[in-house]
Amino acid sequence: MAILSQSEAQAILTKVLSFSKADECEASLSGNIGGNVRTARNTISTSGANDNVSLAVESRFGKRSGVATCNQFDDATLRNCVQRAEEIARLAPESPEYMPLLGPQQYVAAPDSFSQRTAAINPDYRATQVAAGMQLCDQQKLSSAAFLEDSAGFRAVRNSKGLQAYQQRSGITYSVTVRTPDGTGSGYATADYNDASKLDTTALTATAAKKAAMSREAKAIEPGKYTVIMEPAALVANTDASLLAALMGALDARNADEGRSFLSKKGGGNKKGEKLFDERVTIYSDPTNPEIADLTFSGDGRPHQKTTWIEKGVVKNLYTSRYWAQKAGIPDIPRPNGWIMEGGTQSLEDMIKGTAKGILVTRLWYIRPVDPQTLLYTGLTRDGTFYIENGKIKHPVKNFRFNESPIIMLNNLEAIGKPVRMGGNLVPPLKIRDFTFTSLSDAV
Amino acid sequence: MKRRDFVGLTGLAAGSLLLPSIPGFGSGLLVPAERLLEPGMDVAMKKRLADVALNAATSAGASYADVRIGRYLNQGIFTREKQVQNIASSESQGVGVRVIANGTWGFASTNQITDEGIAKAAQLAVAIAKANSKVQKEPVKLVPQKGYGVVSWKTPITQNAFEVPIAQKVDLLMETNAKALAGGASFVNSALFQVNEQKYFASTDGSYIDQDVHRIWPTFTVTAIDRASGKFRSRPAMSASMGLGYEYLTPSAKEKIAGPAGSDVIGYKQRYDILEDVTNATKQVKQKLTAKSVTPGKYDLVLDPHHLGLTIHESVGHPLELDRVLGYEANYAGTSFADLAWKAKNIPYGSKAVNIVADKLQPGSLGAVGYDDEGVKTGQWNLIEQGKLVDYQKIRDQAHMVGQDHSDGCCYAQSWQDVQFQRMPNVSLQPGKAKLSVDDMVRGVDKGIYIAGNGSFSIDQQRYNFQFGGIVFYAIEKGKITGMLEDVAYQANTQEFWNSCAASCDESDYRLVGFFNDGKGQPSQSSAVSHGSATTRFNGVNVINTARKIG
Repeated sequence: MAILSQSEAQAILTKVLSFSKADECEASLSGNIGGNVRTARNTISTSGANDNVSLAVESRFGKRSGVATCNQFDDATLRNCVQRAEEIARLAPESPEYMPLLGPQQYVAAPDSFSQRTAAINPDYRATQVAAGMQLCDQQKLSSAAFLEDSAGFRAVRNSKGLQAYQQRSGITYSVTVRTPDGTGSGYATADYNDASKLDTTALTATAAKKAAMSREAKAIEPGKYTVIMEPAALVANTDASLLAALMGALDARNADEGRSFLSKKGGGNKKGEKLFDERVTIYSDPTNPEIADLTFSGDGRPHQKTTWIEKGVVKNLYTSRYWAQKAGIPDIPRPNGWIMEGGTQSLEDMIKGTAKGILVTRLWYIRPVDPQTLLYTGLTRDGTFYIENGKIKHPVKNFRFNESPIIMLNNLEAIGKPVRMGGNLVPPLKIRDFTFTSLSDAV
Repeated sequence: MKRRDFVGLTGLAAGSLLLPSIPGFGSGLLVPAERLLEPGMDVAMKKRLADVALNAATSAGASYADVRIGRYLNQGIFTREKQVQNIASSESQGVGVRVIANGTWGFASTNQITDEGIAKAAQLAVAIAKANSKVQKEPVKLVPQKGYGVVSWKTPITQNAFEVPIAQKVDLLMETNAKALAGGASFVNSALFQVNEQKYFASTDGSYIDQDVHRIWPTFTVTAIDRASGKFRSRPAMSASMGLGYEYLTPSAKEKIAGPAGSDVIGYKQRYDILEDVTNATKQVKQKLTAKSVTPGKYDLVLDPHHLGLTIHESVGHPLELDRVLGYEANYAGTSFADLAWKAKNIPYGSKAVNIVADKLQPGSLGAVGYDDEGVKTGQWNLIEQGKLVDYQKIRDQAHMVGQDHSDGCCYAQSWQDVQFQRMPNVSLQPGKAKLSVDDMVRGVDKGIYIAGNGSFSIDQQRYNFQFGGIVFYAIEKGKITGMLEDVAYQANTQEFWNSCAASCDESDYRLVGFFNDGKGQPSQSSAVSHGSATTRFNGVNVINTARKIG
């Protein structure tokens, strides 16, 4: 029963609301079916499947709120879930940040965020998909480790103030690391889509295999400031923290207003409206973009709309909770799902061609905050780092540790390439000057 | 669970930059707190249901099967300044069945705890194993494990944290926040996490193991802001997450240990004093705003156990996980420099002062359980002896690959709905045998830095190059602490660092630090693990200055 239709879902939610005795009540249903398979050493290691629908009920008495959840849908369980939410609410302390539930909302026309092809995936499909990559590596005497994960489902919301929302979505992600048998070369590739039919595991494995073979016998070059070309997977990761996601994650209005953000201003207030980045930097979100289609409503029911976060280097908008928007008297904008960094038309290959001296970075890893004041992060290059000279990849280089801030990075912009989907965002490769590498690593 | 899911659930997106995810909330159902005190399913019923799973699996063609019937209880209380932000109690119940069919693993889980639901999950696990066996090359080989029959184990707690009234727990956090605000903090967040894993394991080897595991983690972050300069600093708690009940929050003078004279640091062993720590934190966070920025260079580092535990975790615990060594984590967590070929070369991992032990036994530790999640009785074994690598961490399907006839008992799954795999046991540096206090240690340092508390951390995918920050930093000049430093991080190579280990303080300084969120695997799972050590000195380590200028 994991993917309920709009009428099935709203029928359950209507029934739930009819059981409520609270001042306000909101009910939401989420359901997903999906699975995963994992390989290493060119063979399957583990796999799994899941199928679940759950209901969350939030009940409110005045400024007291309680949430209860359940995953059975007979009348007795639903009634009990509502009662539990009401019990928890009665015992909860009053929230000084209480905001009444939202009434009916206008959502932008739902994009095609759901693919029947993804929803129809079975264990055989997953095994076949990863087998293609394993075969390729067997033939080339390379060792692959990969992960394929898919899910398809829906989310539906309804509350006592008349808000109603429903949308289906699906996603598939594949990543693969290919290593040479002697452990001296390693390459990586990853992609994610709503629609499984866009996924080509063989092509991705071939890219990783090529990088693994190319990265053997890496030369050590001195750490220091270098011009780098960052592939999209080096800027945004779907498995780890990343430099651009760190920047987008720091656009919170409250932290900025409270003085604990890189966007806080000396003496008070925030830096909205200030030019903090190179003028070619424009980042916006658009839930209707078909390449990264996602939910058009946020967790608290607010609509996701096309929003410009950074325009020509100027911070245009900050996201906020409903409470802080009201208190600070600022636009009420939820945190976006995916976002889009505007790019150019150059491919990665074009960018390499136009580089006299530089370093190509496939992927960054173990990225952790060092100083929230400056958004300084540290981490390392991984799985394919190459020296570029006179427009060509000259030789692989040993991996580096970096200490760098995305704010400094986006001021030292040399070129922007054509955006591709990465972790649900559209991310261009970037060419950056004076990127700070602070030490060498022997890791392959 | 991804951090984002947790933040969404608790409604803490803003101002909670410091609250981590804990497993259980994601899959659990939110329930009234009293529900956490209700007894779980009767053990005889669990045994009957376990047999349903094992029989269904073997009937479908499994050559081996195990089943975990789990009830995972969590409670989190979250506050900031003068208000409670959220109180969430959750319960997650279900069954995970793991099988070997055609020499291949299969796994499936269900929240339908009925004969039909469990049999269906067992059959699905076998079907998945068979589908995957078509592209499988190396058949799974388990080292033998005798069944234990019907046995049980409980974390030896004094006071079940779920039995403490929520009002009392909220009062303690509000008192903590009040101390911070009274001391001049700009902001304070505090939280209390409590975990109870009630898990029943059974396998076709003939084990029926009932375990009741408890964990607790009180924490806070104090923030100071200087509006005029725009500068801000935070100082998190020096508590540890522990395998203890609420008794951890009853202060005890004999469980406290002072840092070196002139440092204001207090370390905590099996009992924590949150009010004392927040008072210190508030004082220190204000000092951090004006502390001297470190001059980069080589320093002798004196590292307190709260700090050193994370360095041990990243640079010893992870590289010695056999799944990483063999390449099973290559696509995510990474591999290891300390592979079998490296071990055979007998290169020193560290100096003679480095003795590192793995265990699943230490009282109060997060790793302590009676049996692991594939029914192996837990124990203790040496990883590094006098600087030499002697062993790894292994489970049943890996032991044969290194010629061992038994598992080390360190298999774990974060919940019933995730498959179990090799996870880090407690990995601890043994204290020095000679009597040595922290003051004695500092007295011998000419140019050094004393670092307390774990902070920023990053290490490469083969565990060579790392960078660690900390919570508080103090300059040591000519044997004395001379003042606080800021912007400190050290960068080193695992082998150089452990070979620069000069000495550890004696047993009286030994204590644990723990982490709720050790991530590994795809889909990623969290595991809880502790690391023990005494304050330890490392000579000539490269320290960098992390301050930058922006806009």
